[in-house]
Amino acid sequence: MPALFKIALRAIMRNKLRSSLTILGIVIGVGAVIVMVSIGQGAKFFVEKQLESLGTNVLIIIPISTTHTATRGTTGTITLTVEDAIAIVKECSAVSHVSPGVRTTTQVVYGNMNWTTSVSGAGPDYQIIRNWPLESGRFITQQDVNIMAKVCVLGQTVVTNLFGTLDPVDKWVRVKNVPFKVIGVLITKGESPTGQDQDDVVLMPYTTVQRKIMGVTYIGIVLASSISAEARFEAIDQITSLLRQRHRLRPHEENDFTVISQVEFASTVIETSRTMTILLGSIASVSLFVGGIGIMNIMLVSTTERTREIGIRMAVGAREKDILFQFLTEATVLSSIGGVVGVIFGIAVSKLVSYSGGWPSLLSLPSIVVAFLFSNMVGIFFGYYPARKASRLNPIEALRYE
Amino acid sequence: MQDIIILEEVYKIYTMGEVEVAALNGVSLTIRKGEFVAIMGASGSGKSTLMNILGCLDSPTKGRYCLEGLEVSRFSKNELAEIRNKKLGFVFQSFNLLSRTTVVENIELPLIYSKRISKREVDNIYQIMQTLGLGGFQTHYPNQLSGGQQQRVAIARAIINNPALLLADEPTGNLDSATSADVMNVLCDLNHKIGITIVLVTHETDIARYARRVIVLKDGKVLSDTPSTIPLSQISCETTP
Ligand SMILES: Nc1ncnc2c1ncn2[C@@H]1O[C@H](COP(=O)(O)OP(=O)(O)O)[C@@H](O)[C@H]1O
Ligand SMILES: [Mg+2]
Repeated sequence: MPALFKIALRAIMRNKLRSSLTILGIVIGVGAVIVMVSIGQGAKFFVEKQLESLGTNVLIIIPISTTHTATRGTTGTITLTVEDAIAIVKECSAVSHVSPGVRTTTQVVYGNMNWTTSVSGAGPDYQIIRNWPLESGRFITQQDVNIMAKVCVLGQTVVTNLFGTLDPVDKWVRVKNVPFKVIGVLITKGESPTGQDQDDVVLMPYTTVQRKIMGVTYIGIVLASSISAEARFEAIDQITSLLRQRHRLRPHEENDFTVISQVEFASTVIETSRTMTILLGSIASVSLFVGGIGIMNIMLVSTTERTREIGIRMAVGAREKDILFQFLTEATVLSSIGGVVGVIFGIAVSKLVSYSGGWPSLLSLPSIVVAFLFSNMVGIFFGYYPARKASRLNPIEALRYE
Repeated sequence: MQDIIILEEVYKIYTMGEVEVAALNGVSLTIRKGEFVAIMGASGSGKSTLMNILGCLDSPTKGRYCLEGLEVSRFSKNELAEIRNKKLGFVFQSFNLLSRTTVVENIELPLIYSKRISKREVDNIYQIMQTLGLGGFQTHYPNQLSGGQQQRVAIARAIINNPALLLADEPTGNLDSATSADVMNVLCDLNHKIGITIVLVTHETDIARYARRVIVLKDGKVLSDTPSTIPLSQISCETTP
């Protein structure tokens, strides 16, 4: 075996330019596979991370019919109430938490700083549903909701824009000239899958937002969480039938609300990014395939050129197997060098892409190992035909070859 | 002395479309261990075909070939390769050395396929090179050597595995007469000192006189099989370096 290896290396070194070009084909192929897969996996990781930030098992109930809003014009007719929300958590066994919500966009002032942001009403379970821990202070309690306490919890973007490096807890901010006490600060959550800054938010008890800021009695949304990810379909069914009953809808009437599962939305996005990974990976594989054809081409040329050498080797006792292995080794060495360089090149480009584009790239060891092994297989696969052709030569004719 | 080669009614028939060409048309002959045989004949008489069969590079269409008691005419390709490696050495008219490979590596080529590169073998290579006047050329490439030197490298390669039979198809065909004599002296020296059996193809009477037996072929048949009239080998070998 070492002898074969030496012969192969020498044959490769003999034609440096030709070997380099062949190797380049594999380098590009392997490199492309690694870059594409790592970008694809990075994207998937990114999306998953964001979806996780939405909270697990989250169900969103909005007071709008998905099918008939436009025609019936029921957008203004608000049908969802706090009582509905309370009933959901009481009566639906598959639902563990709910948080009624209402939302407006308005200016928040601290000292001479001001910031226009989303002011959201929430219940005490909001934090559990959204899976969103605090950085400091405390969250809204049931007591705050009951007494319409003038308190608020700030997202990181708001903190940065109003307080800079100051600690906002126990400071007072003003919304529509009403002072609110900052009781807590949420940790950074980042962008939502749709690209919104989730940290650009001020949370208050929903009763406070309704009465002290907006002067309304309706709620715009109910966030709920199912007891488990599997229970979400059951939860949707239970909520739907409960709300239909509470809203006294006849069997032929459409729902005047919509229940959306966050997971469903999430899995679509994950599915999309997985598809993208596969797509990118297969495009890259094509270039590896083309690299393999390059190897086959060069090996065919090489075996033809070296017909006489093959004849000589056979005359001194090389068996078919020896010639086959000689050329297979040569092809495999070519593709393995390409594989190693391709892995290095792929890692470098992936890092560069993730660095400059802010696009995450995940270098997974399996994908690197697979790309490398695959390059070996390409060498064996595309080297086999030329090698076999060489090994089947008739020694007499090979010796006579000019 | 024992018979190293026994050919019984050997035929080699090439079919070219409708036409059948009998390159060997019923050849029977026996060669004994230690003989030095020259094969002569006009062009196309079947000399090379016979050498290819003797050299196990080809199998007869019909007939029996026994080499050292083994019926190699029945052997598979792989078995023939092993016979070539262990029992046979070739010297060709066109040297057939690997061009971008050093002298030493050319000589050790048969050892690669018999998986026998040990310290002892390497010493053996140097000794053979010394005997053949190739000392100091180890790392040279064939194109840096003269024709005579190249043919001596080929001879060294042919004998590195201690073969029973050395086959030479017009080994002096590409050499001038002085160098030819030189190479022939090397061959008959091997025949004398090591007792290696040599079968040599030539169309030059001068060269054939180094052998002690001359077989003449005509149209794929043995025309004559006679002892060499003036066995030059006996005289010249005394003066070999
Ligand atoms: N591969 C082949 N295919 C067809 N005919 C061949 C082949 N090899 C040799 N011959 C024919 O066999 C005869 C003997 O050839 P060869 O042994 O080469 O003769 P020599 O070496 O004595 O000149 C010639 O007529 C030649 O044309
Ligand atoms: Mg001939």
